[in-house]
Amino acid sequence: MGAPPPSFRRSQGHRLTAIDGALALIAVLLVVQMWLLTATLEADLAGHHEVALPGALVSLVLAAAGAALYAFVDRIDAEVRRR
Amino acid sequence: MRWRRTSSAPLWRDEFSIHAADERYVSRRQFAKFLVLTSLGMLAGQLWILVRSLGRRAPSYPEQVVARAGDVPVGGVKIFSYPGADDPCILVRTAGDRFVAYSQKCTHLSCAVYYEAAGRRLACPCHEGYFSAEDGSVLQGPPPRPLPRVALARRGEDLVAVGFQGRRG
Repeated sequence: MGAPPPSFRRSQGHRLTAIDGALALIAVLLVVQMWLLTATLEADLAGHHEVALPGALVSLVLAAAGAALYAFVDRIDAEVRRR
Repeated sequence: MRWRRTSSAPLWRDEFSIHAADERYVSRRQFAKFLVLTSLGMLAGQLWILVRSLGRRAPSYPEQVVARAGDVPVGGVKIFSYPGADDPCILVRTAGDRFVAYSQKCTHLSCAVYYEAAGRRLACPCHEGYFSAEDGSVLQGPPPRPLPRVALARRGEDLVAVGFQGRRG
């Protein structure tokens, strides 16, 4: 088996960069979600129960964005594996 | 979204490829999956807080005579328990006809606060937290929240605790 052609290696590099970018975004979203959970819990325990609904909605959006990014990573991974 | 492997190869072969680049892809994908599962855990926590707050009902408090107005001099205090025996509160006569009462537990670490007449404030001796005697707000120190304020009603000479104003942490 010979070495892959340069275009294939370039394509591999682009995909790896895309996956790294997506991973970094997922990590940032997760950090925001962790902060949101602690802030919501603190506010709820302090009696500010009105923050629970907005907190849950924002967390849902963040989780959905993370899942979408994971789907993106998974799709690129599958494409590479097919080649 | 593809949550399961599509290849028919054994898992060990899929995850430990002989091609270095493939292995990097796999480890990144697994890491991404771990992050997303953690994210779903955070979401579950948020939903738990939401359900908990929706299921909460406004507490009701009994009425209780805590003092007779004439028994507390101006600048004086009286310690009482409200609403339960384990809930110490402090009544302060800040002016001639002005009485205020607060939970005596500091909102930082529940040390007992006392009244400093000179500064017209409530002080926590543990970590030097100070609260305003007028409204219980935090003036200084580590307490994160104001002191819960006991709602008082005047019935003749009697000062009656009828609940809490605002939020009781």
